[in-house]
Amino acid sequence: MRPPSCKHLLALFTVFALLLTACGSETEDESTATDGSAEPTDEAGSTDTEDSTDVDGAEEDVAAPATGDAVPVGVLHSLSGTMAISETAVRDSTLLAINEINENGGVLGMQIEPIVEDGASDWPTFAERAEKLITTDEAAVVFGGWTSASRKAMLPVFEGTGGLLFYPVQYEGLEQSPNIFYTGATTNQQIIPALDYMVEEGLTDVYLVGSDYVFPRTANKIIQAYADANGLNILGEDYLPLGDTNVATIVSNVVSSEADIVFNTLNGDSNVAFFKELTAKGNTSEQIQSMSVSVAEEEIAGIGIDNIEGHLVSWNYYQTTDLPRNDEFVEAFKAEYGEDRVTADPIEAGYNSVYIWAAAVEKAGTFEVEAVREAAVGLELDTPEGLLTVDDNQHVYKTNRIGVIRDVGVIEEVWNSGEPIEPDPCLANYEWAEGLAQGECG
Amino acid sequence: MAQLLEQLFNGLSTGSMLLLVALGLTFTFGQMGVINMAHGEFIMAGAYVPYVLQTSVGFLAGFTGLAFLVSLPLAFVVAGVLGIVMERVLLRRMYDRPLDTLLATFGVALLLQQAAKDLFGAPNVSISVPPFLQGNLTLGGVVLPSTRIFILLLSIALILITQYFLYTRVAGRRMRAVMDNRDLASSMGLPTGRVDSITFFIGSGLAGVAGVAVSLIGAIGFQTGTAYIIDAFLVVIVGGLGKLRGAIVAAFALGVLNAFTEFATSASIGRAIVFALVILFLQFRPDGLVSFQTRGLIA
Repeated sequence: MRPPSCKHLLALFTVFALLLTACGSETEDESTATDGSAEPTDEAGSTDTEDSTDVDGAEEDVAAPATGDAVPVGVLHSLSGTMAISETAVRDSTLLAINEINENGGVLGMQIEPIVEDGASDWPTFAERAEKLITTDEAAVVFGGWTSASRKAMLPVFEGTGGLLFYPVQYEGLEQSPNIFYTGATTNQQIIPALDYMVEEGLTDVYLVGSDYVFPRTANKIIQAYADANGLNILGEDYLPLGDTNVATIVSNVVSSEADIVFNTLNGDSNVAFFKELTAKGNTSEQIQSMSVSVAEEEIAGIGIDNIEGHLVSWNYYQTTDLPRNDEFVEAFKAEYGEDRVTADPIEAGYNSVYIWAAAVEKAGTFEVEAVREAAVGLELDTPEGLLTVDDNQHVYKTNRIGVIRDVGVIEEVWNSGEPIEPDPCLANYEWAEGLAQGECG
Repeated sequence: MAQLLEQLFNGLSTGSMLLLVALGLTFTFGQMGVINMAHGEFIMAGAYVPYVLQTSVGFLAGFTGLAFLVSLPLAFVVAGVLGIVMERVLLRRMYDRPLDTLLATFGVALLLQQAAKDLFGAPNVSISVPPFLQGNLTLGGVVLPSTRIFILLLSIALILITQYFLYTRVAGRRMRAVMDNRDLASSMGLPTGRVDSITFFIGSGLAGVAGVAVSLIGAIGFQTGTAYIIDAFLVVIVGGLGKLRGAIVAAFALGVLNAFTEFATSASIGRAIVFALVILFLQFRPDGLVSFQTRGLIA
């Protein structure tokens, strides 16, 4: 019989093991849907760690694609881990766009060769893979990222090596890197129009609920400033750890506050638990409305239509957006990946990213990052969400659309901003936002 | 006052959920010493059972309530069978190396997650809440969702059934005998191998039932299990390895503690405080709430 201290050891080890699960659960298979016919070079499984290249003098070794008739580009999304659910779909639409461009003769007469990497929902991995794509694979451009944390992790890599990133997801703004094109909405194209809409509809008692990370925290800071200036009452502000489904207390707080509307910046599975609990406590959208900025077509089925029907969302694109270019896109996406797949805002933005880059390359006549950057500014493209113009701050003009959730995968537009809104990531044109700007904006 | 009552209910409700996910683990981890990382995936398997019954089984499709009730025992069997298979194929060879089971079962967890992704797709799915669990009860100004009341009752029912089984049924008494002293039980002629299988079947099956409860309030997806595995280990360790009574007390104590710290601070800070208290607690009671000299785990 061994001394009882073994038990302590075991307990300790278990704690360690639990930590391991937390990270380890993100390491499963990444190749579920790599059957895009673009035949990507899937190197996501490779385990080699690149030596970190010195930052100095690195600028010349990028964007000089290898000879031959293919230009390598990086596609860097989480294909495993928490974010895989969302990001694999963006990977799919990115590959679809590459495929379409290749079928139409490629860019500058060269085929685009996508190199798919797995960010594994882990921010340092994003940075490391990005560096590998730029320095080893000599990718002319990288399409990727979803969470702001992954973008913030990659930013120094792109700035240090002079690489180019297209980031396809709405984000909290207040950033403006010369090496990043932001093809999703910034706050004044998603959050501020949503607040305008709420004021217009008289939904002025607001409760803020979000996941506990950079996007919701920054978004809520902006909402607070907006509220002070525009007569919204913020009744409360609550954050749930990312992915946490323990929502009972927060929902109690929301209900007892008697808010008109919840401004919801929750992400992922927390949304499921939140809406289930809200409904179970007897609240439909009639009693407590909500405005979500991270719930799109794909999430509805998982939350359950009974729990979320009639609630509001704010995006720049819906699968139902009634434009001829969108019909083409939806049809092509479903033909490639299956009838049951739905398109959504970030998926569409990922698709647009490739077209923006390709158009900029054609205009520049070269793959050089500097030239492509300059050529991109002022580009106008017909995209599934409508006319899209690239601004000189490397964000794009976007039309805001407020939608009501009607059915599984169906969001109906009830309001739009009428015209594409000028991207203002630093909120320079809003008096009430003074003092919020920081970092790149400051 | 109403708010305190509401938080108390929220805490008890969270506690019942903790207990459900941890109950099976008190057998497989607490008593058999298998660090079963696949426990969460057995929960996931259970969570998919009502979904499959509601959507794919023809004669049940119209009766969401019936389908849900049928899924309770069925989830027990489905997860239990997964557990037995894992025990027979894998763990049987590892009983003298409990720490190796960590990696082996972790591998199984990944396999099961991938299988779920291939079978049901990567996005989450949802079930229709049966009619008798829709709505809520108002008690003293506090709104109690029927689903949470159901989960509370389910956890109590499972405790009673488990107690009854362990202390009055022959198979249950054999289980306890083998857990208390494997060698002695074996020398008395008990088929320890078969008893191990039954223990694992029950432990995993309970995870399956917990999964059905999860399907009411949480997300159903291939990652469902990872959200609950830490809580499950937490309850078992705080409660004292393999101690049913300890697990019950620990689950409800942690649930209520969590609800009130969260109410007083915020969800993130509340969670941090709870874990800090657990660390502190384990300094003074490293064997958990209920402990006495046992030969159960590592003798």
